[in-house]
Amino acid sequence: MSSNRSLEPSALSINDLPWQVKYSNDRCTLCGQCTAVCPVQAIELTVFRKRTLKTSIRRQAEQVTNQDVFYGIWQRTDVAHACIGCAMCTLVCPNDAIHPQKNPGLDRMKFHINQQGVPRRRGGRRNAAGSILDRIKFTRISMLTDPALDAGRHEFEMRTLLGRVLSPRENMKRLREKGWIPPVREIYPLIIGGMSFGALSPTMWEGLQMGVAYLNEEMNMPVRMCTGEGGCPPRLLRSRFLKYVILQIASGYFGWDEIIHAIPHMKEDPCAIEIKYGQGAKPGDGGLLMWHKVNKLIAAIRGVPQGVSLPSPPTHQTQYSIEESVAKMILSMSMAWGFRVPVYPKISASSTSLAVLNNLTRNDYASGLAIDGEDGGTGAAYSVSMDHMGHPIASCIRDNYLNLIKIGKQNEIPIFAGGGIGKNGNLAANAAALIMLGASGIQIGKYVMQAAAGCVGTEEDRCNVCNVGICPKGITSQDPRIYRRLDPEDVARRVVDLFVSFDTELKKIVAPLGRSTSLPIGMSDALGIDDVAAAQRLSIKYVV
Amino acid sequence: MCRLFALTSRDPVSPMLAIKALDVMKEGHDGSGMGLLLQDLGGPFEEMKEAPILSGIFSEEGIRRLDLFMMDLGFLTKYKISLKVPKKPVEGIPRRDLYLIRAYELPEDWDSLSKEDMASRLSGIRLKIREMGEEKNDMIVFSFWPDTIMIKEIGDPLLLAQYLGLDRKELKARIIMAQGRQNTNYAIDLYACHPFFIKGYSTMTNGENTAFIPIKDFLTSRGIPAYSGYQSDSEVFAHILHYSLEELGLGIDGYKHVITPLQESDLSVHPDAGFLSHLKRTCRSLIIDGPNCIIGTLPDHSLFMVQDRKKLRPGVVGGKPGLYAFSSEICGLDAVIPDRDKSRDIQPMHLDTVIVSPDRQEVAICRQTEALNLPL
Ligand code: SF4
Ligand code: SF4
Repeated sequence: MSSNRSLEPSALSINDLPWQVKYSNDRCTLCGQCTAVCPVQAIELTVFRKRTLKTSIRRQAEQVTNQDVFYGIWQRTDVAHACIGCAMCTLVCPNDAIHPQKNPGLDRMKFHINQQGVPRRRGGRRNAAGSILDRIKFTRISMLTDPALDAGRHEFEMRTLLGRVLSPRENMKRLREKGWIPPVREIYPLIIGGMSFGALSPTMWEGLQMGVAYLNEEMNMPVRMCTGEGGCPPRLLRSRFLKYVILQIASGYFGWDEIIHAIPHMKEDPCAIEIKYGQGAKPGDGGLLMWHKVNKLIAAIRGVPQGVSLPSPPTHQTQYSIEESVAKMILSMSMAWGFRVPVYPKISASSTSLAVLNNLTRNDYASGLAIDGEDGGTGAAYSVSMDHMGHPIASCIRDNYLNLIKIGKQNEIPIFAGGGIGKNGNLAANAAALIMLGASGIQIGKYVMQAAAGCVGTEEDRCNVCNVGICPKGITSQDPRIYRRLDPEDVARRVVDLFVSFDTELKKIVAPLGRSTSLPIGMSDALGIDDVAAAQRLSIKYVV
Repeated sequence: MCRLFALTSRDPVSPMLAIKALDVMKEGHDGSGMGLLLQDLGGPFEEMKEAPILSGIFSEEGIRRLDLFMMDLGFLTKYKISLKVPKKPVEGIPRRDLYLIRAYELPEDWDSLSKEDMASRLSGIRLKIREMGEEKNDMIVFSFWPDTIMIKEIGDPLLLAQYLGLDRKELKARIIMAQGRQNTNYAIDLYACHPFFIKGYSTMTNGENTAFIPIKDFLTSRGIPAYSGYQSDSEVFAHILHYSLEELGLGIDGYKHVITPLQESDLSVHPDAGFLSHLKRTCRSLIIDGPNCIIGTLPDHSLFMVQDRKKLRPGVVGGKPGLYAFSSEICGLDAVIPDRDKSRDIQPMHLDTVIVSPDRQEVAICRQTEALNLPL
């Protein structure tokens, strides 16, 4: 741009961008790998002109001025092509000539990602690194009062229950009278939360499924994975591996035509049915699969035309009240599998979560409640929803658990916590803290993508382009040219690594607390935090 | 680690026998306190098996308030033992006005009550007295139940026994449980001293219950007023016992399945696998953790011992027909029943519940992997 022209309001300079590409011309071999791999075409090969002057202090000497050209990489500054910091260029560069750097100052991008009146949409996370869970410490260490347990030697039973557990007296009565007893699954407390086939690439999904199957069949770890709202590949529906799968139904009912038709052919019941009413990342907003990702396969599984955006309504449109949307829906889903499969709702954490929980306690068919906190991830959402809507998970879980204690049903309706657990890498510590605050189990999504597939997203607004099908790692893309970067076998191996190491870390936490024979759900006396207000809010100890 | 000793005898014996055992195990407790439970009483109490006996510690003022309260309810004193303490104070033992052991005549209108109603009324009265005592700090009540006496105090067991004159001939029982405390709490609350008693069930424990909070939360939310207190993490063992047997109708062979259920691999091959997996799930909040040896009595005067899932605490059972004893250490047994066949001593392991029934003829071992009596 010339200095004497009028300025377009959204004309930005590199200084205004959140990510700045640092490029070293003397190392660059002009191989073109970086420009080819960049998911947003943020960099281009360009011809630079450079004038060099040769002058001398000797008067008679000739003064030379040269106009040279050279080739190099240039960062584009328009909003649509702003660098997302994914560092794929760095990954592919054979000479370490290029890398993105977070703008050390304040960028002005936010003010301009709304061209044509469309607010920013993205995938990923809330982009807030702080975490109250990271600050919770385990302070009740048994030492001399109690021989310390050995995480590597003693037997541990780190399992949880998914399903409606009756009170001991009621269960005994129904055993005696041969009455109906709700189905309960004994599962591993760390669950791969709902990420749909569609949001995830086929290679990613296959990798997760293989990893889960391996954990179950070779490692004796009953790990479960939820499908998310997007149906389930027909072959999986008819296979014995279905028992490791939690089928999700949400307001778009995508894929449910296929599922319902497959019921008579199912060899195994699914582990459970999750009815999604809300998602922590974007509470009050429905699911969204943008048209970029709706290819032939996805369209077939979901039963929709190709190449159209698939927004799910914010609520289940056929129902009008909590009685209908919760009670009837739970009943219909239970009935579909002859009351043999646990059915539970998933909601976003909210100050209204208690109302839902209270409603569930009066419904014998409700098998649990999954609560997804504000730090949850999503494949696609408006930034404003992700950044500003939602409720932290810790206090929500605590309130709900304490409420269950008040009515004596803490063992009856398991609460599953999700949303940003392990977002700074401290998965086992965060999970154990939530369990001791009252969660029966933990759902993870982004963590699996990061650990098992190398998702480059961070809480610094890095990458987060999961919504438009250009995921540089092939995790959330439906473009075969991209997703073939991801080998399902590798993903499966990393899923196994993740769960096995989590298991060791969990034991390393509970063993010194003197716990081994049951998951320490609600063992809040073990917890402390260095913040008076947080300690009071969570009813745990204040420690400094 | 506290030291435990319990005995069950055909003929009523003096509590001094149990105290002697605690004394030989002295290295294991620090003399910071003693708890004593006497049941299936002999002596003068033999004639009044139905009369509830109130045991506790009272100040002069407290006893006046108690008398008014009991009179109001229609209870008349039938018999009492006053433990007169020497004028000269003994170091390490707090000064008290009165250790009360008093049997009451039931009010007339109680005659028509069912067993359950009677039990809940008696426990209601105990809780009320405890509450009154906590207001003014003038009464501590340990039990209010027929055929049961409890004494708890701070101090070395042998010194205490001499101080309180526990060798008197009126004090004789067929079931005795005694604990010498190893203090791990700084301040000693007598309500935190073992044994714990609830409606005919009593337990004492040597160990640490690391799952205390979730268990306490579960018990206190059952809507049963007597499930309260919990000054000690071990008190829940007695209440879980009561819950398992009274509320769920299990036998003593089911208790261990509640507190330390079998793990999946053992459970799946158990003859009652179906029933037990239901029990394990529904009673998940009652699973204990940490090292614990529990000794307890049942209303029918059976005496039992169970160990935690990993058997991290010592415990031995031995004796001869007519007299059996449960002890933390073998030297305790030797002190009380030296003439037993030692080769038949039993150290219960992680799957065992050891029971001596009221006929006191043999030690029965119930393994957790065996079939059990289903309450179905
Ligand atoms: S960091 Fe990613 S978006 Fe930025 S230039 Fe490199 S490849 Fe492109
Ligand atoms: S790497 Fe893929 S999944 Fe991760 S943030 Fe980027 S686009 Fe999303």
